[in-house]
Amino acid sequence: MNHAPPSTDPAPAATLPTEAGDNRAGLVLEAVALRLRPTGKILFPPLSLQIAPGTTTTLLGPSGCGKSSLLRWMGGHLEDDFAATGRVLVNGSDRTDWPAEKRRIGMLFQDAGLFPHLSVAGNLAFGLQPGVRGRRQRRRVVEEALASAGLEGFADRDPATLSGGQQARVALLRTLLAEPEALLLDEPFAALDPERRAQIRSFVFARIEERGIPTLLVTHDARDAPGPVRHLDQPGGPAGNARGGPHPPR
Amino acid sequence: MLAGGFLLPLLAGLGATLGAAAGYLPGRPLPETPSLQPLRSLLAEPGFLRAVGQTLGTGLASTVLALVLAASFCGLVHQRLPTRLAGRSLAPLLAAPHSALAIGLAFLLAPWGWIARWLSPWATGWEFPPDLPLVQDPLGIALVLGLLTKEVPFLLLVLLAALAQLPVQEDLQRARALGYSRAKAWVGVVLPRAYPLVRLPVLFVLAFSLSVVDMALVLGPTQPPTLAVAVTRWFLAPDPAFLGPAFAGAALQLAIVLAVMGGWLLGERAVAAMGRAWLARGSRGGAGDPWLAAAGLATTVVLLLGLLALVALGFWAFAERWPFPAAWPTEFSLARWTNLAGGWGEAFGNSLALGAATTAASLLLAMLWLEGEERGHLPRARWATVLVALPLLLPQVAFLYGLQVVLLRAGVGPGFLAVAWAQALFVLPYTLIVLSPPWKALDPRLLAVAASLGAGPNRRWLTVKLPLLLRPLLTAGAVGFAVSVALYLPTLFLGAGRVPTLTTEAVTLASGGDRRLVGLFALLQALLPLVAYLLALLLPRWIWRHRRALAGGSA
Repeated sequence: MNHAPPSTDPAPAATLPTEAGDNRAGLVLEAVALRLRPTGKILFPPLSLQIAPGTTTTLLGPSGCGKSSLLRWMGGHLEDDFAATGRVLVNGSDRTDWPAEKRRIGMLFQDAGLFPHLSVAGNLAFGLQPGVRGRRQRRRVVEEALASAGLEGFADRDPATLSGGQQARVALLRTLLAEPEALLLDEPFAALDPERRAQIRSFVFARIEERGIPTLLVTHDARDAPGPVRHLDQPGGPAGNARGGPHPPR
Repeated sequence: MLAGGFLLPLLAGLGATLGAAAGYLPGRPLPETPSLQPLRSLLAEPGFLRAVGQTLGTGLASTVLALVLAASFCGLVHQRLPTRLAGRSLAPLLAAPHSALAIGLAFLLAPWGWIARWLSPWATGWEFPPDLPLVQDPLGIALVLGLLTKEVPFLLLVLLAALAQLPVQEDLQRARALGYSRAKAWVGVVLPRAYPLVRLPVLFVLAFSLSVVDMALVLGPTQPPTLAVAVTRWFLAPDPAFLGPAFAGAALQLAIVLAVMGGWLLGERAVAAMGRAWLARGSRGGAGDPWLAAAGLATTVVLLLGLLALVALGFWAFAERWPFPAAWPTEFSLARWTNLAGGWGEAFGNSLALGAATTAASLLLAMLWLEGEERGHLPRARWATVLVALPLLLPQVAFLYGLQVVLLRAGVGPGFLAVAWAQALFVLPYTLIVLSPPWKALDPRLLAVAASLGAGPNRRWLTVKLPLLLRPLLTAGAVGFAVSVALYLPTLFLGAGRVPTLTTEAVTLASGGDRRLVGLFALLQALLPLVAYLLALLLPRWIWRHRRALAGGSA
């Protein structure tokens, strides 16, 4: 990860190499293009991006422009009706052909996607890395995570009884407990009412920054974007214009 | 491979049957050329033409009536009765095996039956059961009625499921806004869209009704019986001289079912063309609503008769003395229930074991099939659907005895394993049909989330997919279990009498056995699948009692 010393000035920490190289930290896309399989229609021009640890880049585009499909491809979940070219790298390693469960790329969707058959604690324990051993220890980590999000006492609740905002927080906690090296957000705030939205939004980006996770956000709403914005319907510019941002890595 | 294991026994059985029908009889010196001897002996059987006529008459009448009644009843109750309630109240009839319902109906309709007892002697003057052909009548009316009690609920179930996928309310409103009556809107607008969705189940009903054996043995005409019953009798006759007409009759049964199905598919087009012409005339006259109401009433009567038949089983099963014309048993007894070793114990155990084994195997195969389709991203091919459904579309007599012959030659004797395998041919299609829609409807994002959290394919399957599909899995299991318990011919032919089940015993006893014992077997036979249905309904509710998103929903 990023070993820059703590600094009050964000500028030095945000300096990143602009030329391609496999030792780059963060999340990198190289000349990614998606095609619809039956027609061969290209969804967007080849896209290159570099996202530094702890920062968020936003891809903006109308619905149907292929931004959700791009995220699914990056996560390793793309269906067969798409064909993709290009590479996705996380912290210098090319994960393009890895199975989804090995990529360590977390995903958050518009609806929380909590497992309806598990309790809140069960959902979090599902995400928690197996390295945390022992029933008690795992439970403690789960409870701590809940407490950190203002959800004390929610461990044994049925996820279906939680509000939208609570579900969104649990989903983020679950993703973070899996210790992802990169994060993909697919309109994660779209289903929330306006007051909750601001609250959850700052909660999510604070965690991302604090953990130093490079994050790609796709949305059709420019107000969601915390940092640099790329328009997916525009021809791809140089990769360098998507870097840094107001949230510097630690 | 799955397809091979499925197709092979069918083809082998059909091949052996057709070969034998052409003169290559098992256990005989092979003739030099195909011989017409089996066919000639079939044609020479007394009452042959009548038997064919009865087969066609009862099969077609019951299918057409079942479809008309179910479709009208749907039109009458749709969105006036909650679908879930309708589904629940149909459950006893859906779960009950054909033969149990047939026996119950005989207990109801026979000259010594419940209805005659209620009316005697005050209305009929009968002090003794009259000598009237009220069941096993030469026209096959009792058989048609019996088939209706089973097939109307089945078609209602599949029609309601199909209607749930269509914008019925909007269509009805549009048509009625244009001045059409509810009945005419239903027949002219809704049914034409719903029918293609239920075509396959309707063909199941058609094939089954044309070739039913167990129900026809109990309720059908006897002098002569329907073709399928005659063929079964010849197969089981100790005199091998009957094998010739048996195989020729089995081949003819196959030809009849295929020809009638072809005719049915052509008939569909004719009806559709006439319907279009009728709609094009645009006539609003003739409300038609009374017709719908009449059909609805008839359906209600059929359903009530079915339920009453099951109740009649219960009374006979516990009766000790029940002289005619008493409306209720004069003495009850548990003696036959406690005599497990000498009575129903073995048959019950066999039914339970066969049901459990075939259901478990079929569920496993169905899951492998669906998982294979999903991982290979293969859309379900049309031929695959038909292939899986093939055992339900072909008459059982046409391939089961042939299959037994092939198995014997391959060194597999009759017994539990042979029966279980033959039963699975019929159980698997049902489990697959029930399991497919919910399997495909599972939200793929939950699996994507699980993968992004680091769960590999096996963990995703065990900890996400299986629990979320628990309810449909149990439902499919209950349906498969009910099918297994009800199967008569596969058990009879492949078990060669060595694997008695509740169904084979009940049907055997029904021809002249002790009615109280028949009642006991038939009641157990009806209860076993019903218990499976109840478990499939209640278990998920209990397991998910703290999970709101999963506790609801109808099975």
